[in-house]
Amino acid sequence: MQYTLSVLVENHAGVLSKISGLFSRRGFNIDSLAVGVTSNPDVSRITIVANGDEYVVEQLEKQLNKVIPVIKVKCLTGGEFISRELILIKVHCAAAKRVEIIKTAEIMQAKIVDVAPGCVTVEYCECTNRINTLIDLLRPYGIREIVRTGTIAIDRGNTALSV
Amino acid sequence: MISGAEIMVKCLEAEGVKVVFGYPGATICPFYDKIYESSIKHILVRQEQNAAHAASGYSRCSGLPGVCVATSGPGATNLITGIATAYADSVPMIAITGQVKTDLLGRDVFQEADITGACEPFVKHSYLVTKTEDLPRIFKEAFHIASTGRKGPVLIDIPMDIQTNKIEDFHYPETVNIIGYKPNTRGHAVQVRRAVEAIKKSRRPLIVSGGGVLSSGVKLKFQAFADKTKIPVISTMMGIGVMPSDSDMYLGMLGTHGKPVANRALHDADLVIVCGARLGDRAVASPDQMSENTTVIHIDIDPAEIGKNVKTEIPIVGDMKNVLNMLNEEIGDYVVPNQWQETVKNWRKSFYRIPPKFDGFVEPRALVAQLSSMLRSKAILVADVGQNQIWCANNFMIREGRFLTTGGMGTMGYSIPAAVGVKFARPSRDVVVVCGDGSFQMSMNELATIAGNNLAIKIIIMRNHRLGMVRELQDMNYGSRHSATILEGDPDFQKIAEAYGIDHAEANSNEEAEEIIKEMVKSDKPFILVCNVYPDTPSI
Repeated sequence: MQYTLSVLVENHAGVLSKISGLFSRRGFNIDSLAVGVTSNPDVSRITIVANGDEYVVEQLEKQLNKVIPVIKVKCLTGGEFISRELILIKVHCAAAKRVEIIKTAEIMQAKIVDVAPGCVTVEYCECTNRINTLIDLLRPYGIREIVRTGTIAIDRGNTALSV
Repeated sequence: MISGAEIMVKCLEAEGVKVVFGYPGATICPFYDKIYESSIKHILVRQEQNAAHAASGYSRCSGLPGVCVATSGPGATNLITGIATAYADSVPMIAITGQVKTDLLGRDVFQEADITGACEPFVKHSYLVTKTEDLPRIFKEAFHIASTGRKGPVLIDIPMDIQTNKIEDFHYPETVNIIGYKPNTRGHAVQVRRAVEAIKKSRRPLIVSGGGVLSSGVKLKFQAFADKTKIPVISTMMGIGVMPSDSDMYLGMLGTHGKPVANRALHDADLVIVCGARLGDRAVASPDQMSENTTVIHIDIDPAEIGKNVKTEIPIVGDMKNVLNMLNEEIGDYVVPNQWQETVKNWRKSFYRIPPKFDGFVEPRALVAQLSSMLRSKAILVADVGQNQIWCANNFMIREGRFLTTGGMGTMGYSIPAAVGVKFARPSRDVVVVCGDGSFQMSMNELATIAGNNLAIKIIIMRNHRLGMVRELQDMNYGSRHSATILEGDPDFQKIAEAYGIDHAEANSNEEAEEIIKEMVKSDKPFILVCNVYPDTPSI
């Protein structure tokens, strides 16, 4: 099962290595990891998507809580939350196929951010599933390059994670 | 104006540090120049790893964080095994390392090592100091983190220019505020009530005592609890000494190398109260060591330990001291059912069996069993790792003293340097080391520290010319192919003792050994007793 965890940490050098080291050390598999500063400049928020059973996720939360600069850990899975990834896809594009590709992007509500002879670049910000769908749709044209961020996620409704 | 090095010394003084163990080098020289004129005693060890072990021994017997110091690069990397040992054994420790100047960091200069990076998996927390102004706060935080919650080592890596830079003023903070570190020490009242209900419902309850009981400093209350409720106690290796060996409630150490009666009790119990233990693979190797229907109550200050190795029905996060008080109050005058008491009484009868002797050799298990009666009641026994450790764990009749060994990490060479630290923490106690001829040679360089400080540490070497425990494994699992377990080229240990000016003797029978021990404990000088042990003596 896939789990999404939000981790608030002190915004210091070295904190990220403490956390990523913990994952490899304890044999936990990370699917993605994204870091950014929060509204409080002293606090960063790390979003981790990890795979495992209940035991693994419980251990993961507990071990993360033991890291001194970790302020709070919350497993979003279980409640309702919104998650997003950003992807840039460079696709082969002969002139004859350009309209078709642009149409596909439009249907998916993705943006064309660059066009050059022989290729277009598509920007897409969505949840993992929809991003994968877009990739599947574009694959037949020939994907030249993919750049993808880690997932970020936030609770729906009034709950907010803060220090 | 005050330099970083002076601040470091003042921080240690403010924390009440009386002694540090270390080894100097270029990048830590500013600190050494200041400690030279301070009230803090510096003990020069002969290799940095032993400074960490000495700090560990000091800490475990004083209740204060032990402090060890090393220089950058190889000095720092030599500390790692000692730091990792303290981490696995949950021992509070402050490790201070020198580092190359901040403007040289990351350039792979002479004696540079990324020690905060290298120690990441083995420390509770670490700091690389980048501003002299930060030193007081960092020291305050480091001591707080090391000695609260689940205790452990904290590393402070201090570049040389941070030590030499001067700032206006020194002010040691009175409080710490680490937003992400607020260990929960109070037990949850509802969980305690649930635990007591379960205990009262059970027919065969059992306590497993771990090192957490000792580090919480609650030994006597724990004994009183067991005596009052008549709940039998078994212990992990780190928990040995929580109960006196002659207690009717005590059934010995559990696990692969433990007492058969302890494992039997664990198997037969219908409720197990795990107190400050992680129950690693050597304690509970497979879940079928416990009955499927056993209810597990796990009390630990580290929530991550609960449910990690053993499935737990009733978790209680908190300091043993608080939780035990709550349990004691809640349980009232409960006493375990008579039938279970009778069973335990019968098991106690087979607690100690006299092992067969071999002519011309010392029988180590019998000797260790007699050892306590020749020492004062608060004696501290430090065992190394290997067969000697198991012989001691199962046979030393502990009274009011301590049994120290590295049950968590299992670091060979621990006993001698740890005993150095113990002697500084408890100078008036009998301090005895039991080690093998393998482990002795891993840290015999520390005989210089012992001789140089005239520490009355009595070292008993169980010599069997083997790496006995590995050899036993080879006999059982590898068709007796003794690959690299026969110690060839061993020196004459008595001559080694002689070279350091340490009194010594050799024994070839238990009678002989006991005569020598009775004499050696009378002197206030170090002593080395070499006991020749029959090579096939088993661990258990």
